[in-house]
Amino acid sequence: MAHGHVAKLGATSSIRLVRRRAGLVLAGLVLATLAAFAWSLSAGSLPVSFDDLITALSGGEGGMEVDIIRGLRLPRAVAAFACGGLLALAGALMQVLLRNPLADPYVLGISGGAAVGALGAILAGAASGWIDAGAFIGALGATLLVFGLAHGDGSWTQTRLLLTGVIVAAGCGAAVALMLSLAPEGRVKGMLFWLMGDASGATRPWPALALLVVGLLLAMPFARELNLLARGEVTARSLGVRVGRLRGLVYGLGSLLTAIAVTTVGSVGFVGLIVPHLVRLLIGNDQRLLLPAATLAGGVLLCAADTAARTVVAPIQLPVGVLTALIGVPVFLFLLARHPR
Amino acid sequence: MKMDARPPVLAVDRLSVEVGRRDVCRALDFTVQPGDTLVILGRNGAGKTTLLHTLAGLRDVLRGAVLLSGQPYAAWPRGHEACLRGLLAQSQPDFFSATVLETALVGRHPYLGRWDWEGPEDEAIALAALATMGLESFAERQVPTLSGGERQRLAIAALLVQQPRLYLLDEPLAHLDLHHEITVLDHFRDLAARGAGVVMVLHDINLAARYASHVLLLDGEGGHVIGPAAEVLTAERLSAAFGHPLRAVVDGNSTLFVPV
Repeated sequence: MAHGHVAKLGATSSIRLVRRRAGLVLAGLVLATLAAFAWSLSAGSLPVSFDDLITALSGGEGGMEVDIIRGLRLPRAVAAFACGGLLALAGALMQVLLRNPLADPYVLGISGGAAVGALGAILAGAASGWIDAGAFIGALGATLLVFGLAHGDGSWTQTRLLLTGVIVAAGCGAAVALMLSLAPEGRVKGMLFWLMGDASGATRPWPALALLVVGLLLAMPFARELNLLARGEVTARSLGVRVGRLRGLVYGLGSLLTAIAVTTVGSVGFVGLIVPHLVRLLIGNDQRLLLPAATLAGGVLLCAADTAARTVVAPIQLPVGVLTALIGVPVFLFLLARHPR
Repeated sequence: MKMDARPPVLAVDRLSVEVGRRDVCRALDFTVQPGDTLVILGRNGAGKTTLLHTLAGLRDVLRGAVLLSGQPYAAWPRGHEACLRGLLAQSQPDFFSATVLETALVGRHPYLGRWDWEGPEDEAIALAALATMGLESFAERQVPTLSGGERQRLAIAALLVQQPRLYLLDEPLAHLDLHHEITVLDHFRDLAARGAGVVMVLHDINLAARYASHVLLLDGEGGHVIGPAAEVLTAERLSAAFGHPLRAVVDGNSTLFVPV
C-alpha cells in the first residue's frame, strides 16, 4: 500500500513536470524567436543601431539603415522564419500520418513536383513570379498525382502512400536532372540555388506567415487525435477517432504547408525531418505540445541559418539549405547520443 | 430469466461476416448480457479478429445487425461508442516513444472534449489501472524499454482506463506468463460479475473452459457452434474445429482437453 502511494505521488508529479518542462521549452523558443529576428535584422554588411531597429519596426521615418531593415532584411527574415515553421509543422504531421520517423514534408514527392515546375520556369527564362507559380503548380500536381495513385481502389495504407510518393519523387528527380543537363550555363546556378533552398529572393513573405498561423490553428484541435493516430489505426478508431477524415485533413494540410514553403524559399532540406525529432527528444511526443514547439523551432532554425548563410562568408551568399544541414545534423546527432531511447 | 430494463450489452442478429471471398460466419445470433463472458475459439485464419473488429464497429456490417447497448453503431453519437465498448487489439509496433502513464491515459480520450487536457481524476484512473496490471512502479518508464508481456499488460491497463460496458479482447493473454494470464482473466471475471460484458479470443481451450460462460467455436469454413461453454466444449467438436484430435480428461469437477 505504502509503495503504491509513493509511486502514485511520483507519477503525478512526473506528468506535471513534463508539462512544466514543455512550457519552459515553449517560452524558451519564443525568446529564441525574438533573438533570431534581432540577429537577422541587425546582421549584414551595413551595421545598424538598436534605435534603427525600433524605428524600422514601429513604422517611423529614418535613413538608409531603416529602409534596408524594412525593405530587405525584414521580408527575408519573415520568409525564412515562416518557411522553417511550415516545414517543421508539415514534417511533424507527415511523421504521424505515415507512422514513420523517417518521413519528412518531401517524402510524398511535393518538393520533387515543385522542383520540376520551378526549374521548368527557370529553363524557359521566366520572371521570378512565374518561377513561384511553377513551383506551386508542380507541388500541387505531385500531391494530387500521389493521392490519386495511392487511392486507386479507395484503400489507404501507409506503405502504399509512401511507396507511391517515393516513386513520384524519383521520377521528378530524373526530370530535374534532365533539365539541369539541358540548361544553358548561365541558368544552372539559379537552378542549383533553387534546389538547395534560398531565401534571398523571398520578397513576399506574408502569405507564408499567414498560412503558418492558419495551419497551426487548424491542426491544434486535432492534436490529441493525432496522438492516437500515431499509435495505429485500429487503436485510434476503437477510441472514436474518425481516421479517414483526420488523414485527409493531415494530408491536405501538410501538402499545402509544404507547397507554400517550397514556393517561397525552394526545397530547403533537413528542417522538416530533424526539427520534429529534436523537439520530441526535448518534450516527448504529445502533439499538443510538439506541434507549436516544432513550428517555433523550425522558424528559429531557418531564420538563424539564413542569417548565417548571408553573413558568414559575406559578400558571398550560401544557399540556406546547406546551412540547415550543417547545423541540424550535428545538433541532432548530439541529442540522439544524449538520450538513448 | 431476470427481467432487465437495460438492453443487452451486445446483440448480434443474423450476422454474416466475410474476409475477401471467404465466410467467417453465416447467420450468427447471440446476445451478451451483463455478466456474460463469451470466448471465441477457432484455428488460425478462421477470422476471429475480423469478427471481433466487426463486433467493435470497425468494419461495415453487410448482412445482419450488431447492436451495442440496443443500438447499431451508426446510431450512437460519434465518439460515444468508445465510452460503451473497448477493444484490446493485437499488439502493434510503436514507432514513437511515450511513457507508460501517457500510454495508459490514451483510454481517457473518449471522455475528454476537444480542448481538454487530462486532469488529476484521469491520472488517478490511469494509475489505478496500472496498479491492477502490476505496473504501478513503471509509470514513468518509456514504453520501448518494456518487455513484450509488460507491454501487453499496459495495453490491457489502457483498456481498463477506458471503462467501457463491453470489453472485446483479441488474444489478451499474448506474451503473458502463467501468473499474469490468471490475473488478467480473474480481473475480467470480476468486471463481468459487476455488470460488464466480455468477448474474447483465446487459444487456450482449458482456460476458455474455466472462464467462459459461453463459447463461440468457428470452424474456419463459415460454420459455427455457439452456446453455454459446457455444451459447446466437447472433444469431438474441438477436434473437428481445430483439425487435430483432442481427448477429454476428467479431473475432479473439471474437464481438461489435451491434444492426442
